[in-house]
Amino acid sequence: MTALLDVKDLVKTFGTGDVATQVLRGLSLDLAKGEMAALLGPSGSGKSTLLTILGTLMKPTSGRYHMLGQDLIAAQDKELTAFRNLHIGFVFQFHNLLPDFTALENVIFPTAVREGRESPAARARGRDLLVRMGLQERIDFPSTKLSGGQKQRVAVARALMNSPELVLADEPTGNLDRASAMQVMELIAQINREEGTTFLISTHDEKIANLCRRQLMVGDGVLTG
Amino acid sequence: MLYAFKISARYLTANKGQTVLLVTGVAVGVFIFIFMSALIGGLAEFILSRTVGDLSHITIAAESDDPAILVTADGHMLVVTERGQTRTATLAEAATWLPLIAAVPGVKAVSPQINGAGFLTRGGQVSQVSVTGVEPGRESAILDLESYMIEGSARLGSGLIVLGTDLADDLALSLGQTLRLQSSQGVSAALTLSGIFETGNGGMDGARAFVSLSTARTLFAMPQGVTQIEIKLDDLNMADATARHIVSLTGLDAVPWTDGAEQLMEALNAQAQTGYFLKTFALITIVIGVASALLLSTYRRRPEIGIMRAMGAGRGFVVFVFVTQGALVGLMGGLMGASLGYLALLPFPSRDAFRAGTLPMDITQGSYGLAITLTVIGAIFASILPARAAANVDPVTAIGQ
Ligand SMILES: Nc1ncnc2c1ncn2[C@@H]1O[C@H](COP(=O)(O)OP(=O)(O)O)[C@@H](O)[C@H]1O
Ligand SMILES: [Mg+2]
Repeated sequence: MTALLDVKDLVKTFGTGDVATQVLRGLSLDLAKGEMAALLGPSGSGKSTLLTILGTLMKPTSGRYHMLGQDLIAAQDKELTAFRNLHIGFVFQFHNLLPDFTALENVIFPTAVREGRESPAARARGRDLLVRMGLQERIDFPSTKLSGGQKQRVAVARALMNSPELVLADEPTGNLDRASAMQVMELIAQINREEGTTFLISTHDEKIANLCRRQLMVGDGVLTG
Repeated sequence: MLYAFKISARYLTANKGQTVLLVTGVAVGVFIFIFMSALIGGLAEFILSRTVGDLSHITIAAESDDPAILVTADGHMLVVTERGQTRTATLAEAATWLPLIAAVPGVKAVSPQINGAGFLTRGGQVSQVSVTGVEPGRESAILDLESYMIEGSARLGSGLIVLGTDLADDLALSLGQTLRLQSSQGVSAALTLSGIFETGNGGMDGARAFVSLSTARTLFAMPQGVTQIEIKLDDLNMADATARHIVSLTGLDAVPWTDGAEQLMEALNAQAQTGYFLKTFALITIVIGVASALLLSTYRRRPEIGIMRAMGAGRGFVVFVFVTQGALVGLMGGLMGASLGYLALLPFPSRDAFRAGTLPMDITQGSYGLAITLTVIGAIFASILPARAAANVDPVTAIGQ
């Protein structure tokens, strides 16, 4: 298996002096292309912090992070923005969708923002993705009118829009009932099998974690298993 | 950036009530701007037409002191001398200058005149008058004599005289009666009263007489030349420049009306300053209104901005989205305010029909284009701060996982 990520000795300290908290204490991680891994750990253990750093939205205090051969710690904001757009998809727990836009408009955002317009090709792909997520009835729905589970499926579709190598999902089912959560996870697993997209999914729910082929445990600022 | 434009437009239509309020606020500012422009412009127009409208815009008076040697552009030399036996200085070669001056761009009318003093006698009554000799056909070239006539005609001719109403009353004269005019040169003539005017100006109505240029030649013993040339312009604001032009062209001492009108100019300037001041405040209000509304919107949309940044929207994209919102609000408010301003100015009388007691609003001086342009620029300027704040939103804290 080819390595997708190369993460070594990540340290992240918030604040300075007396109030400094070291959340990551030299965390290392390898992720191969096509993996579907769960990131487990109690609340406050640093799962979100790790995903945010991997998503290039925040820089670690120290450590090494390469993806697809690029040094993402040295890179500038502009390069990181373009890199995220092409190679990383996100699914968050809250505030996932742009409220004044339809499901389809949300899904095609990553392509439209790069191309500067909503091209017919992007629309077609957006529709396909929504259909795959079982949302063919909701394509032109305002995003605020969707249920929690539907919103998360739209978010998954959007994360896949630019066919990224890596999708980072931070407690994507944390807000959903069991049935909706299972549906979202099954769709993720299906995409992972069919497309080989790498997923890293944080959760504190063992049942959800067990749907992933690999489980990573965060504890004391490092991976413990 | 079509896509950023779409997002801006969507943000504005998503909160229709708020957008309508904001645009209306901008429109009120623009309305005030336009109203002030029309009022200050109209007022200046009104004051100028009242004070300067009947005056000569540029006057070329004969030099009364030393003989002047004038060198013309084509190398001719001209000597203007005071004739020994007359007290009135003359512009001896006036006839040669007139066509040249009349052809200067912006010159509306030229009136060669012979001015002098004299006494009017009728029976036992004697009145001192200042006499103006004007070419028949040019009676209304400078002072619009025609419009002030209350009896008879302004048309001058041999043996005719036109007087102000107060003077006619003093001498108990009525139309068609004959009176005697004795000039300061000692020449006297019998003239028939052919017209009576009333300007509302006491000095004019009580001590001014108009005769034809040829009558004046006889009265003031001036077989050729004139004492002054009065010039009316299309635009009285061009007097300084046109006077300079005439000086360079003819070498004659052309004096614009603004010479000696410093107080009036100061008053008009102060008025214009007040206008700028108020218009600036209207613009500042627009800028503050747009800036605060957009800043609020930036704050409310922080999570979305964070999502967009995470999805690969650059800072420039976010800046564009918010600046475009500002520009659109400015444009809509500008157009709305300008339309309302125009409609509100329609009922006011036009600049030619200003009457005392009403606001002299000049609909043609609303500065509509300037108001809209400045508003759009102001709104774009106002959106820079919110747009920068939006671009600097930290996706991590905004999404707040
Ligand atoms: N911006 C921040 N400033 C200070 N402390 C933070 C910040 N973000 C996270 N933390 C702290 O880091 C720790 C790990 O947080 P987080 O990564 O969100 O954990 P998890 O996602 O596993 O619940 C927590 O103690 C949290 O309070
Ligand atoms: Mg978390």
